Amino acid sequence: MKYKLGTMAVAAMMAASPVMADLVFPSLSYRTGPYAAGGIPFADGYADYFTMLNARDGGIGGVMTKVIECETGYNTEKGVECYESTKGEGSLVYQPLSTGITYQLIPKTTADNIPMHTMGYGRTSAANGDVFSHTFNYPANYWNGASGAINYLLGENGGSLEGKKIALVYHNSAYGKEPIRTLQELSKKHGFEFKEVPVDHPGQEQKSQWLQIRRDKPDYVIMYGWGVMNQVAIQEAANIRFPMENFIGVWWSGSENDVLAAGDAANGYKALTFHGVGSDFPVFDDIKTHVTDAGNAAGAGDQIGTVLYNRGMYAAMLAAEAVKTAQEIHGVADINAAQMRDGMEALEITEEKMAALGLPNFGPSFKVSCQNHGGDGLVGVTQWDASSKTWSLISDFAPSDMDVIGPLIEEDSAAYAAENNIESNC
Amino acid sequence: MNEQLAYTIEVFANGLMAGVLYALVALGFVLIYKASGIFNYAQGVMALFAAMTLVGIQNGQVPFAHLINAIFGTDVHKFGWHVHSFLAIALTVLVMIALAWMVQRFVFRHLVGQEPIILFMATIGLAYFLEGVADLMWGSELKALNVCASEGACLPQGMNVWLEGTTYEALGYGFFIDNLDIVASIVAVILVAGLVIFAQYTKQGRAMRAVADDHQAALSVGVSLNFIWVLVWSLAGFVALVAGIMWGAKSGVQFSLSLIALKALPVLMLGGFTSIPGAIVGGLIIGVGEKLFEFLIGAPFLGGATENWFAYMLALLFLVFRPQGLFGEKIIERV
Repeated sequence: MKYKLGTMAVAAMMAASPVMADLVFPSLSYRTGPYAAGGIPFADGYADYFTMLNARDGGIGGVMTKVIECETGYNTEKGVECYESTKGEGSLVYQPLSTGITYQLIPKTTADNIPMHTMGYGRTSAANGDVFSHTFNYPANYWNGASGAINYLLGENGGSLEGKKIALVYHNSAYGKEPIRTLQELSKKHGFEFKEVPVDHPGQEQKSQWLQIRRDKPDYVIMYGWGVMNQVAIQEAANIRFPMENFIGVWWSGSENDVLAAGDAANGYKALTFHGVGSDFPVFDDIKTHVTDAGNAAGAGDQIGTVLYNRGMYAAMLAAEAVKTAQEIHGVADINAAQMRDGMEALEITEEKMAALGLPNFGPSFKVSCQNHGGDGLVGVTQWDASSKTWSLISDFAPSDMDVIGPLIEEDSAAYAAENNIESNC
Repeated sequence: MNEQLAYTIEVFANGLMAGVLYALVALGFVLIYKASGIFNYAQGVMALFAAMTLVGIQNGQVPFAHLINAIFGTDVHKFGWHVHSFLAIALTVLVMIALAWMVQRFVFRHLVGQEPIILFMATIGLAYFLEGVADLMWGSELKALNVCASEGACLPQGMNVWLEGTTYEALGYGFFIDNLDIVASIVAVILVAGLVIFAQYTKQGRAMRAVADDHQAALSVGVSLNFIWVLVWSLAGFVALVAGIMWGAKSGVQFSLSLIALKALPVLMLGGFTSIPGAIVGGLIIGVGEKLFEFLIGAPFLGGATENWFAYMLALLFLVFRPQGLFGEKIIERV
């Protein structure tokens, strides 16, 4: 009710206000380069959702949205250039889509008073809003992912991983190394043996790593990979006949791109997720009607329902909901970046809200606060069916082990605060 | 059999197989450098372009579909047919020959006599241009690559079960070798043998060698430099197609395929830029060296992921003692 009243108030204000600028959403996309196959569907989903809002609802709160794309090629320097060239356009929120770019933009966005949303990537300890005032990583981060994988395996093993051997195959970069500390702590807590298996960029040749896994015979393999590393890892796992149902990738290792190349051999492979899969949600009907069929899709329109398209669409939906929250808080429809930050900090996603948006059970419910920019960290598991070429959600969105993750976030963010003389934000 | 010894032999064998795959990429560089003195930065992108073209033709994809649709408001994406792998390979070879002709006609013909660094820069430009054309022509999405002689008889993937079983029975440890690597090795042997026979026993091959030895002398006896360069770029295109198939079968065809060139550089430094056998031997040394180092030292003592830098370190070590590489020609320039 409160939500409806707020929306009506904004709409009423809109009717009486002069012509307004657009709500600008920069999209730091990568449609070219070695990671283009992953960047394109995300960028399409992000753009299509805003196009749909414009066509169906006349924007958000009566203000039209505008997506400005800037090509980063998944390159940190280009990503920073994109930020610098678009921040003056009235940009409301940045989604850098790269952990490297995120690290560069954390101080810049804070200084420029523009919020940044790093959904499922970036600096994990940015979940501590007390230190990272302008960075948000809801609904889940890398450490939630690591814990989510272990929780899932605990469930598979009757609540105990004592004596089990778990290997982490990871991209040998800042991103890939993120879960190591969490998994080390979890191995102490649950008594499993933890083995690290790094893979150098780009990961086209992984024979050594998989021969090592064949020798070590881990019970489970968790993967934090990206791009070609994922496809090769899944093929190599199949080559050594590692059971696919014991192989779990993080959400950046769990799209159609990652499994299609291996064909039937990838059947049963699992991946973590923080959002729904497939196109069986009412919102996609609206996207088809108002965007694809109208010839206004950002891409070819053939990516709807794929994992990464859904993720881009979900990111756009969360940004749009934060705009609505900001409009309610500040009583203006044409919000600025500082107001957007407030909206993101007060964002609450409930199942009722998701259902109303045409996304019932698509993602977890969560609440953001000044202290908690990471949401509730709920993580689900999906599984690939090679015959039907579809992912299925095979678990609920379950909580991660905040007893382990919480202190790690505190420790890392405190170190960042000390290095950068940051005072409490809350 | 002692477990550690068995593992070491397994790593060694897989290193040899990986080395063959590196050599396949390096061969393309050698062919062009040998004949024209150009270090072809675009060789990796040529492998990508060739593999994308092959998959596109196989799947009956309309080239430049997005562009056509955007300009004419149409909605065409596929022809609706599936082309047999062998025919698709033949058509892709024709495309690579056409590409070779265009590269020669529109780029290098205008740069005859320029400094090597200018020619190198031109290949950098060519790489970016070709990557863009590949994107426009076939799209950026990942494509699965299946080369099949008939239905069910495709490029094999996965562990060679016979070898595993036999070695297990004989030695108490079943060795792992990837079927695709075995095929790649056989293909590489045939390819190198074919190239050597072509260079030694055909008129065009001898002309190619003459140009490689001395451009001016070859010109003076009536060898067409333009023809030879088109021929060499065509051969490099064919080698790129073979490399693209072998690497693309593993990972799917996607833009990161062009990065396989990074694997060829240490091979070239070690084997020499002008020797076909050098590319093979260099590939094998790099493959075995990096795998054994990772197994014996990298993973146990250095945290792993040492292969990339070790390959370059090994190549640099060779450079210190033999700058021209193992099989490269020693260049003596008088001032």
